[in-house]
Amino acid sequence: MTELFEVPLLALLGQLLLGLVNGSFYALLSLGLAVIFGMLNIINFAHGAFYMLGAFAAWMLLSTFGVGYFGALVLAPILVGSLGILVERLLLKRLYRLDPLYGLLLTFGLALILEGLFRDWFGVSGETYEVPEALEGAINLGFMVLPKYRVWVVGFSILVCLATWLIIEKTRLGSYLRAATENPQLTQAFGVNVPLMVMMTYGFGVGLAALAGVMAAPIFQVSPLMGSNLIIVVFAVVVIGGMGSILGAIVSGLSLGLVEGLAKVYWPEASATVVFVIMAIVLILRPAGLLGKEQ
Amino acid sequence: MKTINAAPFALRPAIAALALVLGLGAGVPAHAEISDGVVRIGVLTDMSGAYSDLAGPGAVIAANMAAEDFVAKHKPAFKVEIVSADHQNKGDIASNKAREWFDRGQVDAVTELVSSTTALAVMKVAKEKNKIALITGAGSSRITNEDCNDVSVHWVYDTYATGNGTGRAVVKQGGKTWFFLTADYAFGQSLEKDTTAVIEASGGKVLGSVRHPFPSTDLSSYLLKAQASGAQVIGLANAGADTINSIKQASEFGITPKQTLAGLLMFITDINSLGLKATQGMYLTEAFYWDMNPETRAWSKRFFARHHKMPTMVQAGLYSAITHYLEAVKALNSDDTQKVMAQMKKTPINDFFAKNGKIRDDGLMLHDMFLMQVKKPSESHYPWDYYNVRATIPAAEAFQPLSQSRCPLIRK
Repeated sequence: MTELFEVPLLALLGQLLLGLVNGSFYALLSLGLAVIFGMLNIINFAHGAFYMLGAFAAWMLLSTFGVGYFGALVLAPILVGSLGILVERLLLKRLYRLDPLYGLLLTFGLALILEGLFRDWFGVSGETYEVPEALEGAINLGFMVLPKYRVWVVGFSILVCLATWLIIEKTRLGSYLRAATENPQLTQAFGVNVPLMVMMTYGFGVGLAALAGVMAAPIFQVSPLMGSNLIIVVFAVVVIGGMGSILGAIVSGLSLGLVEGLAKVYWPEASATVVFVIMAIVLILRPAGLLGKEQ
Repeated sequence: MKTINAAPFALRPAIAALALVLGLGAGVPAHAEISDGVVRIGVLTDMSGAYSDLAGPGAVIAANMAAEDFVAKHKPAFKVEIVSADHQNKGDIASNKAREWFDRGQVDAVTELVSSTTALAVMKVAKEKNKIALITGAGSSRITNEDCNDVSVHWVYDTYATGNGTGRAVVKQGGKTWFFLTADYAFGQSLEKDTTAVIEASGGKVLGSVRHPFPSTDLSSYLLKAQASGAQVIGLANAGADTINSIKQASEFGITPKQTLAGLLMFITDINSLGLKATQGMYLTEAFYWDMNPETRAWSKRFFARHHKMPTMVQAGLYSAITHYLEAVKALNSDDTQKVMAQMKKTPINDFFAKNGKIRDDGLMLHDMFLMQVKKPSESHYPWDYYNVRATIPAAEAFQPLSQSRCPLIRK
């Protein structure tokens, strides 16, 4: 069999596919972060907690109300997104005139409270969420067995990412959004309801995190710590892609998943660090990130 | 009362409330031999991280139960106080907290110390300050080998014992070829090393291993390597959430049931979280199971009433360790470290946790271990009815014999 640095090429391909699965989680999460940062100028540290809430919402919908996976895929983001809207109206709104650091502190505190509550209620070992019946089983690709569910995760999240990008870049609504980001006062003067858009954007970003949470529930144990385990990497992804850049978040999310997958093959011990090494290099060479705009 | 506490957020008030002062009524003069009239025990554990279910708040409850029961039974002339803190599984936080407790908190013994990094760090501080470390949660066999000292006791299990019990049983069942998934720190490395020795001694063969960062959420990439190795058995030399995710993802990728998983260190809380459907038939080695005899059931039900979960071996063992320590202090009427250590080593341990337990010179508490097999869902008749006890591994076989000891205190 063909080999690349002593690793069979087909096995490598399998590992890259797995990397892509993780990459699609990074992409979904960093996309939400980028949307929120672009619009609200807030570094949403509670993003991991909302992702965890999404997973728990799916679990609760199933165990308490008998709502299955696909129902949860719609309902959980709406529920958690509404919570996000509440947070924006009641708390974040008051901080817009202050230094962005205050938003960071608020959302960080919020994340700690949410995680603490869930840890108290469920313990860290968490709950098990089964793969939905329609997506059970695996496809034998010859060189690896790929669970159908993971294929679904990659496909669906790329679809969601593209749709988000299209809405923001190609629609009238998106153009209002971008205008409000550039110059809120002027956009408001043209009769666009900017506070409403800000609120909906935060809700949407949070909903994306919850969506990622629902998709993660059948793969990872639904646990209060699942968000904090991921969020630091996701922040690195956003920084690499360029803060606030939608396309940057998607592209760097997917490609860092791949890089991590490679690290797991050649140097597993370093796989948790490789993203941060890349972040440091990118910050030295391009401080605004790969696709970010210099200010 | 001064409650010292490194927990950064919501846990602070909870821990403060849990830490309690016990003792006879005010006015009873403390005996001169007990420094400051209070025997203060510090529970240093993971209150919020990956190991907080198997140790954590439940361990603090077990410690408080031990202190309360001791005071009620013996009515000692000294006070007993339990303080607790979160070490966040970090060696530096653990050793700083232990130093602070010994220097300024008048703590006489530090206990629990889940995750070997923290245990190994605190043992050194205890030795330097001449105080006692009672280790219940950590598993590295280094604790009583390379890093052993005369002020530490390793109470519940070590990687030799759990790897040995499970490894031998699985090889005997026909699982001859192995591949390891190893958490990349002291504990995982010890577990892999100790289990490898047992597998090879029993006629099995290790085909390879992969070391993953701790903690990891996605282990599928490592599982694929294990799958490609063609080994019959995949040994999980990790713990807590890492083990849970490994088992879950192994079934997702169709690795089980073609290849067998062996959890080299699993706790009843892991089984509870994964459910019997995913874990049925797995072998594991435990020092304690709540449903073994009337004594274990009685204590565990009291624990359950407070914690709403059945105890892990770590939590039950912590009760046993603190009780034995307090009884030694009572017998001597002194909290002098060397005297108490000698008294603890002299007295056999007989309680619901251990029968004829004995502390060896290398600090290991010798006691029987049990080989468990996880029940099928159809065999489980009530909550927490999870294990069939397959074998009792006598203390002499369960733990590493002194002849193989790498502890400098043991002269051969």
